[in-house]
Amino acid sequence: MARLIKTEKEVEGRYTDTWIVVEEDTLDQWPEGPRDSVGRPATRIDGLQRARGEARYTADIQLPGMLHAAVLRGPYAHARVKRLDLEAAREAPGVRGVLGPIQEEVGYPGQAVAAVAADTLAQAEAALALVEVQWEELEPLLDPDEAVARDALVSDARTSERGDVERGFAEADVIVEAEYRTQSVLHNSMETHQAICEWEARDRLTVYISTQFVWGIREQVAEHYELPPDQVRVVCRFMGGGFGSKNSPDDYTYIAADLARETGRPVKCALTRRDENLAAGHRNATIQRLRAGARSDGTITALEGDFVNATGWGGWVSSTGGPMELLYGCESVRITERGAKLNSSPMKAFRAPGFVEGTFGLECLIDELAAKLGLDPLEFRRRNHSEHDAVDGRPFSSKNLLECYTRAQPHWERREQVRASSDGPWKRGVGLASQIWYGGGGPPSYAWVRVGAHGRAVVVTAMQDIGTGSATAMAQIAAEELGLPVDHVDVSLGDTARGPYASISAGSSTIPSMGPAVRAAAADAARQIIEIAAQRFELEERVLSLHGGRIVSADGGSWPIEEITGLLEDGQILGKGSRGPNPTGMRVLTFGVQVAEVAVDVETGEVRVDRIAAIHDVGRVINPLGASSQVEGGIIQGLGHTLSEERLLDPRTGAVLTQTLDSYRMPTIADVPEIVTDLVDIPDAHLTNLGSKGLGEPPIVPTAAAIANAIRDATGADVRSLPITREEMLRALREARERRPERVGAPAA
Amino acid sequence: MPEVRVNGQEYAVEAEVGTSLAHVLREQLGLTGTKVACNEGHCGACTVQLDGVPILSCLTLVHTVEGREVTTIEGLRDHPLVDAFVRADALQCGFCTPGQIVSAAALVEANPDPSREEIRHGMAGNICRCGTYPKIEEAISSWQG
Repeated sequence: MARLIKTEKEVEGRYTDTWIVVEEDTLDQWPEGPRDSVGRPATRIDGLQRARGEARYTADIQLPGMLHAAVLRGPYAHARVKRLDLEAAREAPGVRGVLGPIQEEVGYPGQAVAAVAADTLAQAEAALALVEVQWEELEPLLDPDEAVARDALVSDARTSERGDVERGFAEADVIVEAEYRTQSVLHNSMETHQAICEWEARDRLTVYISTQFVWGIREQVAEHYELPPDQVRVVCRFMGGGFGSKNSPDDYTYIAADLARETGRPVKCALTRRDENLAAGHRNATIQRLRAGARSDGTITALEGDFVNATGWGGWVSSTGGPMELLYGCESVRITERGAKLNSSPMKAFRAPGFVEGTFGLECLIDELAAKLGLDPLEFRRRNHSEHDAVDGRPFSSKNLLECYTRAQPHWERREQVRASSDGPWKRGVGLASQIWYGGGGPPSYAWVRVGAHGRAVVVTAMQDIGTGSATAMAQIAAEELGLPVDHVDVSLGDTARGPYASISAGSSTIPSMGPAVRAAAADAARQIIEIAAQRFELEERVLSLHGGRIVSADGGSWPIEEITGLLEDGQILGKGSRGPNPTGMRVLTFGVQVAEVAVDVETGEVRVDRIAAIHDVGRVINPLGASSQVEGGIIQGLGHTLSEERLLDPRTGAVLTQTLDSYRMPTIADVPEIVTDLVDIPDAHLTNLGSKGLGEPPIVPTAAAIANAIRDATGADVRSLPITREEMLRALREARERRPERVGAPAA
Repeated sequence: MPEVRVNGQEYAVEAEVGTSLAHVLREQLGLTGTKVACNEGHCGACTVQLDGVPILSCLTLVHTVEGREVTTIEGLRDHPLVDAFVRADALQCGFCTPGQIVSAAALVEANPDPSREEIRHGMAGNICRCGTYPKIEEAISSWQG
């Protein structure tokens, strides 16, 4: 039965209260442990298509008559367009349409000013060179602290306080205070942001786009052009990575649609790699001024954080203070978060936005506190474990963080051995950090399952697989419920005209949102198959089940499923399913811990990460193979964030100095440490018919802090700024040497 | 009008001087398995083989490959590495994967049983932002089944 409820919806840590219509979720969870398909390693159902180069990404689509757009992006961090002359460009060879000025004032380098559509991209680019712009340069605001001082914020400051912070610090035996900084990092998905827009009638638009949210694009584009949403079709069959940066249409989609309307032809607008590094979003830099107090028994008595996000010209204030609020059971916590409005590109969500940055600061601070107390960092974390949501007292739907700590123990105990392997200037050590993040998903999300005469099934839903393997997980879930082998289940996705509404693939939400809907749809189809079989074989429905591609009777009889579905001829069995509500009054979160082993050359400042053990609790694991890939991928991105990646801006002009993939240094295969993945794999008993949470983001959350804490263990130096370049490492070593000359950084005799 | 030989087929292509091989492969020959991710030689997504040697097709001018044999992912679709990559889950979004496989095919052709270090050296020019590197290493180590 459809039920109208008021529910709390969470995406990337942002909550909204909404009315929502949900179908009651009536299926019981499967018992814990691997089943026929679910819980067993599965290779990707579209793996061959991708590996053989057959998969068509947005970048590969060529429509008949398609034009190519090139975009003129402003060179200044802050400037006004005084005059824009597009006439020479309009007359250039091959040009079919021009657009501009797109805006009068540009607020960051790379903001779109004008665009040209031509028969070829080379012609469009040549025409752009003929565009004349007269600029009036304006003073750029680039310093986050100065922006805060001038009250130049993207939104009001958020302050949150619980308990009595002053008393908490007064009761503390030890207090540590430190400033941590994290840098701006760039998503750099391999497929750049791009869209092809085609008007199929003056009021019907089709958008092919590399996106994480086909339905969100549909809503925003429809609103922009004042069209009924059903007259906008959005397609994304394969996409080449997003990591949070591809949730919205952005300038390139509107440029393509405007030029397509003007020229009457489909138009493709793709960011170049350099555009991508200028104007496609970033994980914002942060400044974190933190204070923590604890009693000598290891109880944290107060936490305080002042967080400034270098948000940029637009975007939102990701919750850098979130980990401080949520991770520990500390009674007294005060945080203030501000987002500085600067003349740099708008931030975009990047894999656990806010929590990656905030966990670096918090978990380094916690280790510094543990060191002052002389407590083992793992034991210190156990003592401050929160049994329920520390913010509002709600119970967790499930929490197995203590189990994660237990499983981390053997990795942690390698410490003596690792330290003892220090060799000359190479000092070795082990560090850990805890992880907390969202990842519960939610309604609305729908799926259909279609079974035809041949006895094979298709999951139909307009979700997207952004490379995480979500389509494969859906096939496993449907296969499990229908008693079919996984390779008898196909998944049709990525097209708003060919399936029901599906959730955004962000906030680690695809599996927890879509999985239960797919299971419900498959169960609906399975029920119908059994109803038909019962009539055909003159048996009671309750004695029949589906297993191994067969209809199985309790008395031992069994028939191939085609024996029933074959009766349909052209008929189809259609199952319908939707995501039920989230558990009322409970907090759904993911947990974990990572243990890093590092080697530091105290003479050159070189840092090498040798090994990372990752233990995470995300409820039931659908595909252990795909899950281990998610963990490795998150850690490797975290490694880049920790050691090498940084968007550098000219401090005077705000110009982006790292626009290419040789200047912006992402990890290569040669940089990767040994990674050990261990997932707790206990279903969340309160969450949906699956008990599964999301895993896309949790693995990147604790990596930087675990590495920094390992560096402290190896050298005694406190690194408090990312990335940990050789300069930062040598600075931290020097500072530590001045503080404790006898202990730190002296090469072994 | 340069004549190029791709995956054993001869093509006469119309291309202005200065046109890249990647552009011709993708836009004119419809061989979109070769991806372009940076278009300036930094990422390896556009890797193809020229007479068996991996090269960056975005930086290679089509006029310079006349009379030579170009092999793209479309010519390597039945290479055992393709199955090895899928088996090991050595791909996520898959955008860099054809380039990875083309590089790896040249690597194992020259050295059928590469060590871990040789794999890491041979594959360091192919960036994967999803971070499938441990699985790529596994796929190449186990490509012979």
